[in-house]
Parts: sequence; structure tokens; C-alpha cells
Amino acid sequence: MSYKTQAALWLLQRASAAVLGVCVVVHLFTIIYAVRGGLTSAEILERTRGSVGWFAFYSLFVLAVTIHVPIGLRSICTEWLHWRGRSRDFALLLFAAFVAWAGMHAVLAVYI
Amino acid sequence: MKVFVKRGTEVQQFEVPRQPSQTVLDVVTYIQRVLDPTLAYRYACRVGMCGSCAMMVNDVPRWTCRTHVNKVAAGDRLEIAPLRNLPVIRDLVVDMREFFDKWARAKGEFRGRQTKDDDFAPVKPQSAPRQLADAGIECIGCGVCYAACDVVKWNADYLGPAALNRAWTLVNDVRDRARLDRLRAVSGDAGCHACHSHVSCTERCPKHLSPTASIAGLKRAVAKAVLQGDL
Repeated sequence: MSYKTQAALWLLQRASAAVLGVCVVVHLFTIIYAVRGGLTSAEILERTRGSVGWFAFYSLFVLAVTIHVPIGLRSICTEWLHWRGRSRDFALLLFAAFVAWAGMHAVLAVYI
Repeated sequence: MKVFVKRGTEVQQFEVPRQPSQTVLDVVTYIQRVLDPTLAYRYACRVGMCGSCAMMVNDVPRWTCRTHVNKVAAGDRLEIAPLRNLPVIRDLVVDMREFFDKWARAKGEFRGRQTKDDDFAPVKPQSAPRQLADAGIECIGCGVCYAACDVVKWNADYLGPAALNRAWTLVNDVRDRARLDRLRAVSGDAGCHACHSHVSCTERCPKHLSPTASIAGLKRAVAKAVLQGDL
């Protein structure tokens, strides 16, 4: 992998961390606000179904996780498992695809 | 005092008398000169300039010539071992080749623009780049930071704090002409991006430098160069 790509991965991880910081705070405050007086699935769906705003917010959340987590796991694979090279990067690409699919599956489930 | 010295796979115990203002290097020298002349260790200047006497003292990397026994001896006990993260040649002597080869890999040599026919390059001591370079310039190459670094332990290719700190001083040297080459050399998995900012190097540096800050500076410089399309 070229030094440029490696530097770009580092930048992407920092940028996605910044997005995640905001997303996690919004998500947690929404939970705290929403559970006042009990929480039902009907209430959640009422808020999220057809809401373009929440759909966009959670899509961004999923995108940030999809970028951030595999890049972090790349370092863990290198340092702890001594797993390097293309097989590691390919496995992490697959993992990223899985995270994106699972995340968007959940987002769509509460949007539609 | 009881002194435990790691020699290969064995640990040898010695009884060394305490003295006022005694350094760890004094202890090792006493052992070699009085108790066991076969003990191998390395030192040169004895005054904290040459960077050759670093060892693990009670599991912490230190420059032994400036480390007083009073400050580090746990009770009446001292454990001395060769520097971590470097191959051992014998007893307390480590092979520093890998450490200095990485300085070369990080393009740690100055490459100037001018020839001997040119006039002196004016560099204002108060200018921002010079201040940044000065902050890291006093490295004596002792290897303490390299031994303190966990990333070096986990990732054998990692250039390490000292080599990256050296690169950072040159990146900020306005006379140098190899800036982009150097930024390429210190990028990526073996370079500055591998640093997790554990700050162990800064914590242990006997010269109170901050390789962590230098590495963070390199990360910023590389990011800027990538975004501007220079790299």
C-alpha cells in the first residue's frame, strides 16, 4: 500500500472520529430524551419512520463507523496478530462491507 | 545493596556498597572492576552527553550515568538489564544498528541547498520553524525512547520516536531541501502514523524532549502535504 494511501487512511480515521464524536453525543441525548416516561418500539418508529432527517443522521453514523472501525482494526491486526499485507486489507474491506450492510439494514428498518 | 544484573537468560546477583551521590553507572562499573571483570557494558562520557550508557533500571529505560541510585533503588534493591526492544550483544550491551539504521530510513541526514561558495544562510532563532526544530534538536541518541515505546515492541518496522524526532527537526530546518522526500519516508505504517501517542518516549526522555509532539507535527505536515497534493 502506498504511503499516500496510508496517510489518507490516517486522515480518514481522524475525520471519521470527529463525525463519530458528534453522532454519539446526539444519539445518547436522543436516547436520554426519548426514554423519559418509558420507551416503546411504537414511539421509536413514530419518530423515525419517514423522517429524512433521522435517516440522513443515522446513515452518516453508519458511514463514519464503516470508515473508522476497519482502519482501527488494521492497526490491531498488525500489532497484535502480526497480520499484514493484502490478505489483511482484503479481509478488512469485507468487514467494512458487512458493517455498512448491517448498519444500513438497521437504519432502513426503522425508516421504511 | 543487592543488585540483580541480567546476563543473557540468567540473572546474576551482586552485593554493592552504597555511596553518596552514587549513580547506576557507578554501580555497574563497581561490579565490573571489583566483583566480576567479565561483565560487558557500554559507556563513554559519564556526563550525559554521549548517549551510550542507557539500560533498563528496575524495568525502566534510563541513562545510567545521570541516574542516582537514591532515586531509583526500590528499598535496597536494583535490577539492571539491557535496553528493551534491541538485540542484545552481550550482558548489558545492545546492538544499536537497527536503531540508527532507522534514522537513515527516516532520512535523518541534513541535505542543504547551498555550497561552500554561498554565504551563510540567515536563520532567525525566534522564527517559528527554528523554534520547533530547536525543541527536538538536543537528542543524544541514547535509545531510551526506543526502549520505552510499545509500538516499537509490537511493530518491528516502526521507525521509532528518536528517528521521527530527528526527521521533524529537519522538516523544520529552512535550509533543508529534502522536505517532501522525508515526509514520504516517515509516512504510513512504519512511520509517524503508527504512533498511538502513548507518550512513553516523552515520559522517559532524559533530555526532556517530546518525541510525541514531534511525531504529531509530522502527522500534521504529512496530512497537509497529502491534502495539497504535494506528496
